[in-house]
Amino acid sequence: MSANDELIELGAAEAAEAVRAGDVKPAELFDAYRERAAADELNAFTWVADAAPVEGPAADAPLGGVPLAVKDLFCTEGVPSQAGSRILAGYRPPYTASVVARLAAAGTPLLGKTNQDEFAMGSSNENSAFGPVRNPWDRERVPGGSSGGSAAAVAAGLAPWALGTDTGGSIRQPAALCGIVGLKPTYGAVSRYGLIAFASSLDQAGPFARDVTDAALLFRHMVGQDELDSTSLAFPEPIALPDGADLTGVRLGVPEELTGEGIESGVREAFSATIALAEQLGASVEACHLPHAPHALSAYYLIAPAEASSNLARYDGVRYGYRAEADDLLTMYLRTRAEGFGAEVKRRIMLGTYALSSGYYDAYYGRAQKVRTKIAEDFRSAFERFDFIVTPTSPTVAFRLGEKTADPLSMYLNDFCTVPMSLAGIPAISIPNGLSDGLPVGFQLAGPAFSENRLLRAAYVLEQALGFDGSQARGGAEG
Amino acid sequence: MIDRAQVLHVARLARLELADDEVERMTRELSAVLDHIERIGELELDDVPATSHVIDVVNALRADDPRPSLPREVALANAPEVVDGGFGVPSPGAAPS
Amino acid sequence: MSASAYEPVIGLEIHVQLKTRTKMFCGCELSFGDPPNTHTCPVCLGLPGALPVLNAKAVHYALMVGMALDCELTPRSIFHRKNYFYPDSPKGYQISQYDIPICGAGRLGDVRIHRAHLEEDAAKLIHLGGTGRIHGASESVVDFNRGGTPLVEIVTEPDVRSAAQAREWLTLLRTTLRQLGVSDVNMDEGSLRCDANVSIRPAGSDVLGTKTELKNMNSFRYLERGVEAEIARQIAIVEAGGEVIQETLHYDPTTRSAGGAPGAISSLRSKEEAHDYRYFPEPDLVPLVLEERMLEAARAELPELPAQRAERYEQELGLSADTARLFAFRSELGDYYELAAAAAGTSAEPQVLANWISGELVARIGDSDPAASKVTPGAIAQLVVLLRGKQIQPGAAKQVLDALVADGGEPEAIVAALGLGAIGGADELAEVVARALESDPAAVEKLRAGNMKAIGPIVGFVMRETKGRADGGEVNRLVREQLGL
Ligand SMILES: [Mg+2]
Ligand SMILES: [Zn+2]
Repeated sequence: MSANDELIELGAAEAAEAVRAGDVKPAELFDAYRERAAADELNAFTWVADAAPVEGPAADAPLGGVPLAVKDLFCTEGVPSQAGSRILAGYRPPYTASVVARLAAAGTPLLGKTNQDEFAMGSSNENSAFGPVRNPWDRERVPGGSSGGSAAAVAAGLAPWALGTDTGGSIRQPAALCGIVGLKPTYGAVSRYGLIAFASSLDQAGPFARDVTDAALLFRHMVGQDELDSTSLAFPEPIALPDGADLTGVRLGVPEELTGEGIESGVREAFSATIALAEQLGASVEACHLPHAPHALSAYYLIAPAEASSNLARYDGVRYGYRAEADDLLTMYLRTRAEGFGAEVKRRIMLGTYALSSGYYDAYYGRAQKVRTKIAEDFRSAFERFDFIVTPTSPTVAFRLGEKTADPLSMYLNDFCTVPMSLAGIPAISIPNGLSDGLPVGFQLAGPAFSENRLLRAAYVLEQALGFDGSQARGGAEG
Repeated sequence: MIDRAQVLHVARLARLELADDEVERMTRELSAVLDHIERIGELELDDVPATSHVIDVVNALRADDPRPSLPREVALANAPEVVDGGFGVPSPGAAPS
Repeated sequence: MSASAYEPVIGLEIHVQLKTRTKMFCGCELSFGDPPNTHTCPVCLGLPGALPVLNAKAVHYALMVGMALDCELTPRSIFHRKNYFYPDSPKGYQISQYDIPICGAGRLGDVRIHRAHLEEDAAKLIHLGGTGRIHGASESVVDFNRGGTPLVEIVTEPDVRSAAQAREWLTLLRTTLRQLGVSDVNMDEGSLRCDANVSIRPAGSDVLGTKTELKNMNSFRYLERGVEAEIARQIAIVEAGGEVIQETLHYDPTTRSAGGAPGAISSLRSKEEAHDYRYFPEPDLVPLVLEERMLEAARAELPELPAQRAERYEQELGLSADTARLFAFRSELGDYYELAAAAAGTSAEPQVLANWISGELVARIGDSDPAASKVTPGAIAQLVVLLRGKQIQPGAAKQVLDALVADGGEPEAIVAALGLGAIGGADELAEVVARALESDPAAVEKLRAGNMKAIGPIVGFVMRETKGRADGGEVNRLVREQLGL
């Protein structure tokens, strides 16, 4: 192993510790990752920093200068922030997203911006104006989406950790498909200011990391109320680094609605094995019901597109971004948006506009919001009996590039297990729990709002017992 | 289900120009998705309140204290067309709809 | 049918810019007249990722407005997005209140308020002429300085029955808002903007006709004229057997209608496209819940409002209802009157002092603020005191007021300088009366014949000769005495 490879093999928390101990210089660490990121063959990055920041991290910076890959959906001052869209190609915002600024202050400087599905709409990362991202476990396969670039970068060791966003599964599903850890926090736990909006009532930023400890460490410095985001909340307690070795007394609920039909066999086997392991670790496991979960996908595919249709109205060619030339305003609007947006974004804008339009609001958007109420109630009553709800993160392992692009509905069905938690605004984490045909499988744990500390601890205990080894993907990225 | 005329109407509302083949494809794809989605019509939801926010926060208010604005050249830096210190746009012709 | 066979039914929609320091949802300072796009930020430019945060002061002002309009205040209100594409709307939607506004039903004077809600103002779109672009197409420029200014939109019930009433009521509203100190309420500068929904129906009917929405009446005069023109237009349509169609109209005071009346009305939309604003609850903002301390703070800052002031003038000072309303609705007159009354103390009759202000002074200074004139409240008070003490006569007093308006100063000094003091003894006046009778034998003959109307020219002669210093009653008496009538 070269010296750089050794640095890469350190986890983020370990690397921060090594910097603090004086064993590693922050610039060395940055350069080790920068070099790998610049040589990225997965198309995971859309922009990579030229050099380590001139000013290193403060001596007491808790994250020790360990660099951070940031999904392109976050605004970064003076740095391309394109949301995977042609309509924002070359756009450099005049300000930085609160969470990115907060993390930089804690000592994790920007390494690069990662590729994603356009405006976070997708589950495969094939909907990027900058080309698809490849899965480091198998380059003919998708990394999942929409935060596919961040997931692939962390899995391949091109970044020690990364920021993603999750609206209906966009952190958890690519984490599962790439064999890493991804946390979707409680809605409101992390500021959305500067996060380019897809569906405002669902969007939430979260960490990608190789292991649960790194995810907890990054998340610790992400949370907190932001006066620039009215929907952000103070996290009720500090985020702890997880420890523990057993799950004694932990009650796991397995919802029949999310673990039956549609889950492929390899995923189902890994799920069953992990459940058995949890029981060995002292957890009690029981089947349960989330009666409205089968309707979650429908509600989600009304609410998210509706909000998106409004959030994306600002891309009109007036103030920034792409503009099609035209002699009159209406034509300018029609062409700018026709040429600037990709097919999936257009589909969702159409769906959302329709769901909000006069005469359809009650039947679609209004009704979807009621379903949302029922789904949140389902979880509330489940959490009276269980600490966590567990499911497979994704019904399948990484699928082949192009396999589902012709059929939007089958692509949407990928979010089956992750969307209910998004609608309820509750936290959920995906950890790798094995391989199926050589491809990673993800295990999802969801808890009540603000239960992240308990969730991270349970995930950590399982992770230790599972002993998943993701180093293959990091090696694979080099060769 | 959604028909061609509705697709054209919605595309107009959303300011998306659709080519003929796109109209056809959009009609087909949206219909397939809506067929799935419309199953929520089966649920009994009359007395259920709608959820627009999952968090229980009210009154996130800001004091009326000024913050610095962007320098004008920064505000205009990304503009496709700058005219007289403003954002140039083609004539609206017709007023807003 | 004649025009009086129709009853106009008018509702008003008023947009009021609030006088906060910063915009509704961001910290940019409000400005008027600054260079374009010098007061913008990611939020009010609608940049990707920016989020709104509600200005507490705007809420405070909205509550004051709601209280002044006697509205029911909504314990928990929410914001909606109103979606439409236009360059003045940077996000592609306006954040407004829709089905749950902060202020519900209320009343001001004789007009019921339907609702009042908070929303953000649009940016300013400046249309340039042909700029040499292909096909000579013209171009527009957007200035986002105004974009995001806090607005309260006040919607009345259709309780207004004439153009004049619309104007008078809007005056009352403006005064009320000015007293509250929540807005500059300046129609020229756009801080007060009024649209009118106008329909007509057969007098005595209680069905509502099809209404049109009349926009762009940017002065009180234009509001009155515009509404009048629209009423006339609708009557003409109905009289000709036609039907009024629901549309948005533009009043242009600078042109003439086909009938030659000033101000033409035209349809605002060449292509009438159905409105579909796709309202839905704004997910980036949380509900606004009124807390007792917010209500107390608003209540504590409520000044005496015009309606209360009019009542006080009537009840406590015994002013006539008309004068009380005038002084209350035009608060600058009321303020001036109160200063003059304080200076006069008990030496002047309240109503007489009031009449001199509302009549003589206003006739000389028009709509301008008397406080800005050269006539101090103390001066007009002194003038009225001199009158009451018969030290001068009304005619002379008007000349003193002319001098005060022109040059300012003290009435007593002006009286002395111009020799306008009331004429001293009866002897002096008797001499003038005698000359007057001598100069007009024809009038004397009529008077002797019992035609007392002929006294006019005689009195006029005396007033001219004495520069108005003579007491009219005394002149009358002397005429009768000298003619032995
Ligand atoms: Mg309005
Ligand atoms: Zn601003």
